[in-house]
This record gives sequence, C-alpha cells and structure tokens, in this order.
Amino acid sequence: MKYEVTYMTNEFTWKVGGAQGEGIDSTGEILATVLTRMGYYIFAYRHFMSLVKGGHTNYKIRASTLDPIYYHGDDLDMLVAFDQLSIQENEDELIEGGIIIHDAKFQATTKRAGLKVCSVPLSDMAKELGNAIIKNMVAAGASAYVLDIDPSNFYEQIEQQFGKKGVELVELNKTAFNKGYDYIKDHYGDVRRPAPQATKPATGSLLMSGNEAIGLGAVLNGCRILAAYPITPATEILYWVLANLPKYGGKVLQAEDEIAACIMAIGANYAGVRSMTSTSGPGLSLMMEALGMAGISETPLVIVDVQRGGPSTGLPTKTEQSDISGALYGSHGETPRIVITPTTIPDCFYQIGRAFNLAEEYQLPVIVCSDLLLGMNKMAFRDLDLSTVDIARKGFVDQEQLDALEKGAFKRYSLDTESGVSPRSIPGMKNGRYCALTNEHEETGLEIEDVPMRKAQMEKRFRKFDELQKHVNDWGYDYTGVEAPDVLIVGMGSTVAQIQEATRHFDGISYGHLQFRCLAPFPTDVKKYFEAAKKVYVIDNNYTGQLAGIISREIGYHAKLNPVLKYDGNPFTIRDIVTAVKG
Amino acid sequence: MATLADFRFEKATWCPGCGDFSVLAALQQVCVRMGLEPEDVCCVSGIGCSGKISQHFGSYGFHTLHGRSLPTAQGIKMANQDLTVIAAGGDGDGYGIGMGHFIHACRRNVDITYIVMDNHIYGLTTGQASPTSKKGFKTKTSPTGVAEEPVKPLELAIVAGASFVAQAFSGELKQMQRIIEEGMKHKGFSLINVFSPCVTFNRVNTYEWFKENIVNLDEEEGYDKHNKAKALQRIGETDSVCTGILYQEDRPAFHEAVLGATDRGTVKLPLEIPQAEMQSLMDQFRR
Repeated sequence: MKYEVTYMTNEFTWKVGGAQGEGIDSTGEILATVLTRMGYYIFAYRHFMSLVKGGHTNYKIRASTLDPIYYHGDDLDMLVAFDQLSIQENEDELIEGGIIIHDAKFQATTKRAGLKVCSVPLSDMAKELGNAIIKNMVAAGASAYVLDIDPSNFYEQIEQQFGKKGVELVELNKTAFNKGYDYIKDHYGDVRRPAPQATKPATGSLLMSGNEAIGLGAVLNGCRILAAYPITPATEILYWVLANLPKYGGKVLQAEDEIAACIMAIGANYAGVRSMTSTSGPGLSLMMEALGMAGISETPLVIVDVQRGGPSTGLPTKTEQSDISGALYGSHGETPRIVITPTTIPDCFYQIGRAFNLAEEYQLPVIVCSDLLLGMNKMAFRDLDLSTVDIARKGFVDQEQLDALEKGAFKRYSLDTESGVSPRSIPGMKNGRYCALTNEHEETGLEIEDVPMRKAQMEKRFRKFDELQKHVNDWGYDYTGVEAPDVLIVGMGSTVAQIQEATRHFDGISYGHLQFRCLAPFPTDVKKYFEAAKKVYVIDNNYTGQLAGIISREIGYHAKLNPVLKYDGNPFTIRDIVTAVKG
Repeated sequence: MATLADFRFEKATWCPGCGDFSVLAALQQVCVRMGLEPEDVCCVSGIGCSGKISQHFGSYGFHTLHGRSLPTAQGIKMANQDLTVIAAGGDGDGYGIGMGHFIHACRRNVDITYIVMDNHIYGLTTGQASPTSKKGFKTKTSPTGVAEEPVKPLELAIVAGASFVAQAFSGELKQMQRIIEEGMKHKGFSLINVFSPCVTFNRVNTYEWFKENIVNLDEEEGYDKHNKAKALQRIGETDSVCTGILYQEDRPAFHEAVLGATDRGTVKLPLEIPQAEMQSLMDQFRR
C-alpha cells in the first residue's frame, strides 16, 4: 500500500537532471543560493555517479518557508531535464500534475499521464549567446517563471557571482536568464507552481554541507593538523580546512594512504596538537590498526568517517550507514573508542567540537560517523551557536608537577587514577619523558607481559567508559513522543529527518522517536523506552541491521526489535518508514 | 647540559653482540655531543628487535606499529618542528611493510633522521627472509634460497628525493657517529641505513663479512656526495656494500615549504580564534 505524503503548502521541490559535466551542479547551486538569500529554508541533494563525464546526475532542492528542513523530500513538483534519461530516472518522483521543463534538443517522452511538459530550447538559446555552458542560466530563468520568483533576486546573484569577472559576463548571464524566463512565459504562460512567500532574514542564512560544518567545527575547536587521503564523499572536509587552516598556522597534509594519514594524526596528537583525519569506509578499513595504536598508547585521535555504500569500493557516490560495526568493533584486540553519529548538518558542527574535547580528555580515538547524505548535501539555516565552541584542554600534566618528581619518575600510564585517565606530558616538557607504547606496558611505559599489570592496564583503559557513561546519557540521544509509547521508532545519525517527518503521518498511533547520537559508549538510559514500547522499529540504512545488533547486544529486547533496512544506496524516504510502521 | 646518562633508559634487551647496541650508543653520544636535551628529542620506532630502541633511549619516544614509524614521526615533526625527531627501525619494518611510507617520506623531505638497522633478516620473529636478504639466502621462509632480488634502499631513497642518504656499519662506531651527527644536522629527510648484524639468525652477513666487503666511500678520493648520478653509479658498483655520506642536497624541508608554514612549532601557537574571526569564518557560508 502506498501512503500519500502530503506536504504543507509552505513548501516546494525542484530538480535539475542531466549528464555529468554539463553544469547540473552549477544550475542547482544558482537556485539554492537565490532561495537561501530570499529566506527559504532549503535542503539541496546531489545525486551523482562515480565518473567525470556522462551518466546521470541531478540536483534537488526542497524549500520551505517555515522551519529548517533536513531532508530533500520524497516527492517532486518540477523537473528540469537536460536529457531524456533525466526524465526516465525521475518521472516517478513527480507529483500528480507535476511539471517537466526539458531541453528542446530532444523529443521528451514520459510514461506518466497528466504531467505538464514544457519544451524549451535551452541549448539553442545558450548557443545563440555563444556559450553552451550558459544553458544553466537559461534553465534558471525558465524555473524562476514557473516558480513565480522575481527576476531581481537572480540578478542580484548574477552580479555577486560574476561581478568580479566584468560587466560583459554579468550582462550575458542576465540575458540568458531572461531568455529562459521569457520563453516559458510566452509559450507556457499558465504553467506555474508559485513558490510560497518566504521572509527574508535581516542577517541572511547559512548554506552549508555537513562536510563544511565539520571543517568549520574542527578549525574553530582547535584542530591544527589534518592529514587525509582524498576519498568521496569526504574530500570537501580536506578542501575547506586547507582553504582556512593555514592562516592560523595549521597544517594540512595529503598523505600517501589512509594508514599514513591516521597515524600522522596520532603522531601530531602525541606531540600535543589537536589533529584529525577525514575519510570514508575504505579509508576507515585501513585505519583499523591505528585505532588499536591510539587506544593502547592512550593518544587522542579524531577520525571523521563520511559513510558511503560498501563493501569494498561499493557505491562510492551513494549513502549508507554500514561502517558502524567497524567503527565500534574493528581493529584486533580490544580498546575503548567513542563513536558519535551526528544527526543533522548543524549537528556535524557541534559534534566535531565535542569529539576534540573528548578525545583529549579521555585519551582515546573518537570516530565521528556522518554519511554522504549529511556530508555532501547542503541545507540553509539561520545560524550556528558559536558560543558552544569551548576548547577544553584536559588530560595533561603540568610542568610544575613534573618538576616535583624525581628524575625519570614520571608515570605516564599511572594506575593511580579513578577515571582511567593518566595525565600525559608532551615532548618538550622537562622530566616528562616517556615512550608511548603499542606493546602492553607498565606505568612508566616499559614493555611488560606480567599478568597483574596487564590486567590492571586493560581495566584502567576501559574504566574511561565508566565516567563517560555518566554524561553520554545527556547528549548521546534525542527522544520525542510519549513516555511509554506503543510504537518506538529508533534511528541513528542522519535518519532523524525522515523519521521525524514520518511520525507526522502516524495518525494517532502512540509513538516515541529515539535517535542515537552516540553509540559507544552506549547511552543506557534509553532502556526505559524499550521496556515500555510494545513494538520497536529500528531504522538501519544497511543490510545487516547494525543498529539493531548494537541495541540487542547492549540492552537486549531482541524479540521486540523489527529492523527496517535499506541498502540500495539511497537514504530512507518518509514513505519507507510510514509503510514499515503502518503495514 | 645533558650527559650520556640522560639519554639512557633501562637496559637494552637485544642479544649479546647485536649490532643495534652500537646504534643506540652512537645515537646517545651524538645527542650529547650536539648539546641536545632529552626533552627536545623524540625517537620513534617500528616493530622488530630494532624497534625497541625507543624504549631504551632516554628521550621522548613512540614505539609504534610494524612499518609505521615514519608516519608517526612525520606527524610529530609537523606538530612541533622544534623537536629533533629520529625515526628508527629495521629492514623488514622499513622496506617491507613500511616501504610505501618510506618513498613518500623521502620525497616530502620532512626534517627527520631515519635510521634503519639493516641485518638482512627478520630477527624478532626468529629468522625469516627480509626485503634486503641477498638473493639465494637460505632462511626459514626461503629454504632453497631467496628467489627475489633484494630491495636497494640507498638507490631508492636517492631516486625518491631524499636529501641526505648515508650508510654506516655497526662495526665502525666512529664513522657511524659522524654520519648520524651529520644526518641529524641536515635539514630535510635523512636516511641512514646501518649494517647492524644479527648474531643469532644471520650467519652469512656477519661482522666479518661486512668488514671484508665494505667499500668506504667517505674515504674514496674524488667521491662527490652532491653528484646524484655518480652516487647512484658508485653505490651500484659496490652492490650497495659501501659506507659513507653517499648523497646530500640542500632544499627546503617540509615544514618550511608547507602551506601555512610557521617559524615555530604548531604546538606553540594559540588555539583560540577571536570571536569576530570565528564569525567571519562562519559568514563565508552566509548568503
């Protein structure tokens, strides 16, 4: 049974599709920027393939006038198609009576009845202007007419974008825009899908991807070294940090592989600099031995894993939440690590700051698992709360404390610690000498194999979780809904958006929505919701039900858990969740 | 002023007669001679017998994973260029599992000194063929003799862009000390491959064998360490069984060439960004 997802009248959706390399992204970016500036809350979603030219790519925007939105929506009001493949790939998504604007260079066919199809010579008009690429501006003009957006908003954008490159280019773009606008007005004057009026905020809005939010958060929270290897969908973190960190004396290094990248970050952290590496699944696999190295040497480490479809090379340009088990349990031997799953694009900013503080305070690896949906897509929202930036440097020994010790008596791995954290020195500190060791060691750092010391060091390292456990319940999950629901919907990370929207279609079902932001240590306070619920749906963007597995391992309730799985490379739709719950 | 005692930490556990003792002793003596303080030196090692050097050396240390001394050392140097950073390990560690990092460290020219204690065999795992084992060498994993050609670290380093390439021998302490000192003073990536015999598992490449076969290029008349082509030629002619500072060039180290280069250690820079600047970083995204 198919549930109709009815959107509120304060929204609209738009998409442009074509071959890769023909300006789909730039067309999308133009509209996204204009809408953001006009005050719309938007979520912009890029669908693309792992190739440079050809194939099919599209850029979808969902815009709202009321509240921030975190998902691009199940349905589509209007499609701009640069080729027939774009129609084939996207026609099912169009609403009844939806609009297609297609390039007149091809004969458009659609299996859908009742659509409004407008043929516009996008390429020809661009060619007339002597610039094939400018069809993106022609398409923007045609879209603006249908959406009833005043051209002045686009003129402003064109001036900002091309002003530096000269008056001629500005005028050319304006002409292209007007050609598209006027053509559709003259030929399809009644095809309109007027956008609801947005309120323009005095201070403008931020248009940001999750990767950018992580880059910004890292720099503001004291990260001064990033070592990374390029990989989709994480590379934009590297770009943003590279563009902004050097002016603060920070360094960015493109390593020869992810093994080196991660271990360089460990070395830099050992030497006292907040450092991280950013990667995706294949890179995380290569970092497994480094996780153990940071763990046993008790060196802080921040890894950002922007998850994509696996296994192996898998689906490099598609989303999935399938690295979670690897992040929690990967690497040989056992070592505590924190695994954070940010829920939204702004949350990426807040959680990366938390990651740096926790890594340093507890001297262990923190893995921030976002995913392609968060990482590579953009949303417009009003502001980030910069007052949350708090570089709390903990876990260090003072020089005075070292001076008071006998020469060479510093116990880097002191067992005399309730929290499991032994304050560390950094190279350069007098009388703070120690050798960080990947072998099991005694308190000063010498290699040992004796039984009581091994046990004591193992227990010390895992004792860090006792203290973390106390506060992870405060931030490790969000819960909305009734206290003792019939139905409990559980997700982790980015699925928050679709689950939240799905609950609006539950029609009177007594429900609760639990969204995990931290999976290790596991926020055990959530147990009460599982206890109360009659039925639990676990939304897992993977095949094996990794979140459900963690829940049953940590708190049980195996029989109550109904996994709702998706592993086709796409994020969950609202319909997927409503259908799973309502049957 | 630090003394030898300051650079000693616990007694080394190598087999009596192991070449690694001399490397440790040379390193300690050079640090004293150079007037370094133990807190300003960091010794990073990999896994294997030689990897234990960081535990026995009195400076800060990191005994890392098999093959990973170079990425760790480069991370440390990036974080604090004011430290003297020494990476150390064996031939299996550096030229087997760590080979990828080795080549890239050479071309990156990070200002660290990499000492490889090369005994042509895996010692700690009790005698398997190593990347530098000579062809035909019989070990537990090559019962009829090694089938492959040995890795040629000196030539590789020169070709990959290392700015200081040298080879020493544990049986020639004075020369080794001088080479290590020059390597540590050199600005940029220094490879010092040290023939450091394994007295337990390698009965072929012994102290005597090296003494008989080594050609000392330091003492060879007319040898020009700045001539890359000649260096490669002479190393080849000796079948890499030579000692001396074999190649050296002056070029900017990574911490000078990197975008955002600073004149003091990254670790010494303030972390807080003023409120107004934080705001302007965020405002890059404002539309």
